[in-house]
Amino acid sequence: MDSFSVLIGGKAGDGITQAGSMIAHLLNELGYRLRTYVDSPSLIRGGHNFVIVRAHRGRIAAHRDHINVMIALTPDTLERHEWRLKPRPITVFDNQTIDPTSLPSVAHPVRTGIPVKTILEQEQAPSVMRNSAILGAFCKAMAIPWETLEDVIRRYQPKQTELNLRVARRGFDLATEKLLIHLPGGGPRPVMTGLEATGLGLIRGGLRAYAGYPMTPASGLLHFLAREAPRFELKVVQPEGEIAAVMMALGHAYAGERAAVGTSGGGFALMVEGLSLAGQAELPIVFVLGQRPGPATGLPTYTAQGDLHFAMSAGHGEFPRLIVAPADVEQAYAWSTFAMDAAWKYQMPAIVLGDRTLNDDAQSFDRDAVPDLPRLEPRLWDGVPQRSADDVPVAAGAGTGAARERGGVAAGAPPPGDEGLAYKRYLFAEDGISPLAFPGREGAVVKVNSYTHDEFGITTEDPELTVRMQDKWNAKGFALAEELDGIQQVYVYGDPDAKETLVTWGSPTGAAREVGELAGIRVVQPVVLWPFPDRQMAEALEGTETLAVAEGNSRGQLARLLEQRGFHIDGRLLRYDGRPWGVGELRRQAEEVLA
Amino acid sequence: MSAAEKRAQATPQAPRLATYAKNTWCPGCGNFAVLSAIRPVFQQLIASGTRPEDIVLVSDIGCNSKIMDYIGVNSFDSLHGRSIPTAVGVKLANPDLTVVVHAGDGATFAEGLEHTLFAAKRNVDLTLIVHDNGVYGLTIGQAGPETPAGYRGRSTPYGHVEDPFNPLELLYAAGATYLARGYSHGKELLKRLYAEAIAHRGFSVVDTLQVCVTFRDMYASYNERVYELEGHDPRDEEQARAKILEWDYRSEGPVALGTFSVRDRAVFGDQFLEYGTRSLDTDAALEETFADLT
Repeated sequence: MDSFSVLIGGKAGDGITQAGSMIAHLLNELGYRLRTYVDSPSLIRGGHNFVIVRAHRGRIAAHRDHINVMIALTPDTLERHEWRLKPRPITVFDNQTIDPTSLPSVAHPVRTGIPVKTILEQEQAPSVMRNSAILGAFCKAMAIPWETLEDVIRRYQPKQTELNLRVARRGFDLATEKLLIHLPGGGPRPVMTGLEATGLGLIRGGLRAYAGYPMTPASGLLHFLAREAPRFELKVVQPEGEIAAVMMALGHAYAGERAAVGTSGGGFALMVEGLSLAGQAELPIVFVLGQRPGPATGLPTYTAQGDLHFAMSAGHGEFPRLIVAPADVEQAYAWSTFAMDAAWKYQMPAIVLGDRTLNDDAQSFDRDAVPDLPRLEPRLWDGVPQRSADDVPVAAGAGTGAARERGGVAAGAPPPGDEGLAYKRYLFAEDGISPLAFPGREGAVVKVNSYTHDEFGITTEDPELTVRMQDKWNAKGFALAEELDGIQQVYVYGDPDAKETLVTWGSPTGAAREVGELAGIRVVQPVVLWPFPDRQMAEALEGTETLAVAEGNSRGQLARLLEQRGFHIDGRLLRYDGRPWGVGELRRQAEEVLA
Repeated sequence: MSAAEKRAQATPQAPRLATYAKNTWCPGCGNFAVLSAIRPVFQQLIASGTRPEDIVLVSDIGCNSKIMDYIGVNSFDSLHGRSIPTAVGVKLANPDLTVVVHAGDGATFAEGLEHTLFAAKRNVDLTLIVHDNGVYGLTIGQAGPETPAGYRGRSTPYGHVEDPFNPLELLYAAGATYLARGYSHGKELLKRLYAEAIAHRGFSVVDTLQVCVTFRDMYASYNERVYELEGHDPRDEEQARAKILEWDYRSEGPVALGTFSVRDRAVFGDQFLEYGTRSLDTDAALEETFADLT
């Protein structure tokens, strides 16, 4: 088979997520590209968990609703997912918890049951090892060589490896071979979640410190960076809460270390005062914001795209920011590096906006598909004393024009204080970007301030300086937008000349891309959502006659943004049940709206 | 030669650490004593070899925090209640820096209490100077976490009904490893305590009874009651606890000043000290991680 989906289901606490991950590793070893879809309710024991692993020869970034292989550890797995079965499904099941006569009646059933309980008793293995038995049976059924399973278990089951291998071998031997899969070849690829790709992208962008308080769907980044900390010498801290996390990160930034924080909506709400401080004090920081259904606690372990407007407008006062919303692991990797670089070049906050589906579900990472983005360099102080206000060009178009200053630094005045503050942390410049220096730098007194301040960072209430500082921040936003215009921020998939266009953002892009290819429609994804890429969006939409927007919220947040930017929307595909779109479902809905 | 040049020539080792900012504290404000105690401590540090560039002052919000405008050293004026986690980030980023936090009692024991207790719990190598005046001054006189019951302000026109924390008791329980109390009448003692606190490795706190002459003038009361600790061994836990509990911040009675408690504990951040000792090739390390994920 060139393409198929495997579902494994059971009770929460049965290690279903781990088993799903083993299946992914197995299929990866065989050379398939993968996409997993994990559905696990917010509880530790009980309930129903399932994982769909989709394998394909080509690049994919979405699951399919229908499945070719069902692995059932509990009877309710069969009941819940019977609708997903494609013709001639393979069912691998525990014949001691599931009565074979209760299996769904389908034409040409291909089934293999193994006595999991007996195997475990005979091997004196704990009940968690039932997954190893069933994986053994799965491999036999799919004609996956025993050696492949053995390799994967040795690599990814570091605990009680030998016992796991014995249990798996029993499952393998007792099952019957049902299907010979044609291996795509090409060898294994990295398999990672969106958060792992984001973490790697931030590291490539120079990350030195990460502060995070546990919250789904962002904890995966805390876990990944904590694990990788020794290798990259990362300072990973889990502080007393999200407010502390953002403040620590800003402390790192002030002292010259690149830092990031990660959270979901509720934690981001707490971090917002720090976001505003980053705007006023011009401190670089990256927020990794993982969306889940809200408001408030919402559906903690499910997915949503309801926080676009929150991310755009969070923080009191007016200040520039960058918001990127990657669709898959390759974009997450590339654009997280860019977010870090841009935060440091423009001394402003950047937000990497993901969701549960992108953040936590593993997929194959294709290095050839990583967008090629420029690396931006921060502007550093050259050490030449910045003595007075008149050695600096007045910002073009600055609000008040003339630099008549009172109370603050007078133009041409001698250096303030006997020692002379030789360095201006907030030097006025045409593009608003002041050269950076950090504490410890010879000859520099580095003052950053949450109050409105003058060029040296000394508090001021002067009306003209207030206007000039606001204009300086705004100028940085314009400079960023101009730089971004030279970089591809809007991606087009499917048929680029189709008159029917589906616009989407973030993780639904994976399914939309395939819909575009299958149905011959145009699919457009802006990856940068702020500053909004107006010109590139207009270009991508040229020739469109019918335009629909698909997104994971109830009010059409991207659709509203597009309308605000002057684009006409004909239809909205809104999904807010916490679940991601499968390809088939999105296709049906898209064709209906665009017809 | 200008006056400034003359001064610079006369004392090349003692920078004035001043700025051009106009001081806007009320006449008689207790913050003047804190300013005139901490500046010579910094100057002394510099005279004995600390680079002025390695001193960082992190301030909070309120009259006390205007101090960052008046001292010519690196400074980060943070948000209300958030100066401590900001300072933790600065210190973790660069352990060579001497980081001193100036915050009021409102920031330390109300808005930012969680951060204060966690800095003590972790024993981060910071010095916290609490400008403790038992009132919100800059917002014109509301009761705060250190305001005793009975206080009448705009938010408590019929009298405050809460008792204050004993900050030293709270910080001792949370694990702070240096605890002292000073008073804004008594600059020499403040200088000694600030110098000691900065020299201490770990989370050091000097609760400074810093009188707000405008909204809660305690000078007459404190002048009668304060005394300096003598023959007190701050490393003796029993003596430390007894002295910490002697005054509960609300009753009349003697108010001890000096160093109450000194302890030694592991310092948070030391786990990162080995970083930077080997050459790190990020690109090669990224390849290793990609291989691990394959």
